[in-house]
Amino acid sequence: MKSALLNPVLNKEIRLRFRSAKSFLGIAAYLGILGLISLGFIGMTLSFDYAGVFRPEESRSMFLMISMLQLALVIFITPGLTAGVISSERERQTLPILLTTAQSSSSIILSKLASSLSYLLLIVFASAPLYMIVFLFGGISPVSILASFALYVFTMLVVGSIGVLMSTLIRRTILAMVTTYSVAFFLTGGIAVIAMMLTNFNYAYYSQGTDYIWPYVFASVNIPVMFFSVFEGSVMQELQTMAGTSFSPWITFFIFYGVIIAGCLLIAVRKLRPRMKTKGKPAEKMG
Amino acid sequence: MIETVNLTKKYGAFTALDDLNLTVSEGTVFGFVGQNGAGKSTTFQILATLMAPTYGTAYINGLEVTKDPEKVRRVIGYMPDFFGVYDQFKASEYLDFYGSSYGLSQRERSEVIPQLLELVNLSHKHDSYVDLLSRGMKQRLCLARSLIHDPKVLILDEPASGLDPRARIEMREILKELKTMGKTIIISSHILPELAEMCDEIGVIDHGKLIATGSVSDIQEQLQQQKEIVVTVSRELEKSVRFFEDDPDVINVQKGPNGTIQFGYKGSDEKQQVLLKKAVLDDIPLLSFRPIEKNLEDVFMEITKEVEKA
Repeated sequence: MKSALLNPVLNKEIRLRFRSAKSFLGIAAYLGILGLISLGFIGMTLSFDYAGVFRPEESRSMFLMISMLQLALVIFITPGLTAGVISSERERQTLPILLTTAQSSSSIILSKLASSLSYLLLIVFASAPLYMIVFLFGGISPVSILASFALYVFTMLVVGSIGVLMSTLIRRTILAMVTTYSVAFFLTGGIAVIAMMLTNFNYAYYSQGTDYIWPYVFASVNIPVMFFSVFEGSVMQELQTMAGTSFSPWITFFIFYGVIIAGCLLIAVRKLRPRMKTKGKPAEKMG
Repeated sequence: MIETVNLTKKYGAFTALDDLNLTVSEGTVFGFVGQNGAGKSTTFQILATLMAPTYGTAYINGLEVTKDPEKVRRVIGYMPDFFGVYDQFKASEYLDFYGSSYGLSQRERSEVIPQLLELVNLSHKHDSYVDLLSRGMKQRLCLARSLIHDPKVLILDEPASGLDPRARIEMREILKELKTMGKTIIISSHILPELAEMCDEIGVIDHGKLIATGSVSDIQEQLQQQKEIVVTVSRELEKSVRFFEDDPDVINVQKGPNGTIQFGYKGSDEKQQVLLKKAVLDDIPLLSFRPIEKNLEDVFMEITKEVEKA
């Protein structure tokens, strides 16, 4: 544990990241945007309320809006932070030297991911005081807040692993970034759209009472839908009823993304350095 | 200490390394010379475990690079031909990071870093950001970095490339010092005379093939199969030309200005003595008889041109 915390690559990444003023400006900008939106929401609600009161149900709506917005920002920022971790070292020509050190491939990959995510975690946790505004007005339980933060971390891991894999496989940072954004947007927006479209083709379920599982399957592997279901459980319950199953969508969700995280990191570790195995020398041609 | 066995690297139909067999003994400074694209960097990248050979293998300190790459990395210090640095680090932090990457303790690092900075004449830049160092200083810092874990073998790919003459000399002096420390060094350059000064042995590579290997004088002998001789006569130029053309070992006789005659000579040193004696006895009015000393650069250019033609 101690050696993992004192990992040189992680140590270097964190030192270099926080030596730049850009990092702090990034946090300030992020909190500024979230703060403006929160205060704007409160201001607008108060201006439209005849009694000038901010009610618990409005506080809950505000919380949902900030949470979904924060999730969108996490999905949007993570590729930018992770899809260049290896390819940028390659572009700066520092990678060959790093690869000839005694650091293992897994240590390099995991440290790079951890350092990028630690910055993102700092951003997300720095926004915690904004969330506490809802406690002033009520309407949300602390468990919901904890669950939403846990899902942010999990989402970062999913998108971050994809970013690190693309950064390892694709030589140019810009291409790695575009690919990561494409995959991340498909997993979040794309699958959500597919799930919604499939929900519209539910004639069989309503006309013949046949189980219709596909919207449930797609929704249970979609991050925004599952995130929303933390606060509005009825969404998934309805899809479960349609599918005729009581199987928890969270199991499908964690298995699906657990496999993606593990698969991406495993491939990245294996592809970071060349396989040194050689072919046997071909037989000399006769004659 | 370093051995390559039938080392071959192919990129599709292109063969970058062709059955390279090379042996570098312990404590030797081995110069690897060849034109750009000859296969030097490919060889070094395979030795540094950054690239797998297509066929063949290489051993460093008895460890096979294709089977024990992790162990190989601990005994080598590698300096690539082109490299980047972490600009936001100070010189000492840069070395500290690599020291910790090799598992050196804080105490070991704090002892070795000042010594290395002194070795590469950068003690005064201890707290300078790497970004602010000159190219020559960055090259020296990278060399210090490759020494941080006290490797037995140094693989230096064109360490003096792009440096001004002064920085080249400084780099050469550091390498001489490393030689006295008993390191086995394999160093590449496309400039043969540059290596000749500091290397015990040299290998010449062209189009992925090792075309000559040995000490500097061996190489000169292997590559220089034909001498060039310049003769100056005071008069009777035509008669003198005919005299030299009649010798079976003389080829390509050419008349020059002011009574000079230049020709190639295939014979031994003894036969050359006989030719000179005969010229004197035949009353050739010799003013001078002088073999041209070709420098290593000329020999290298000649031989690589021949290989290219072939």
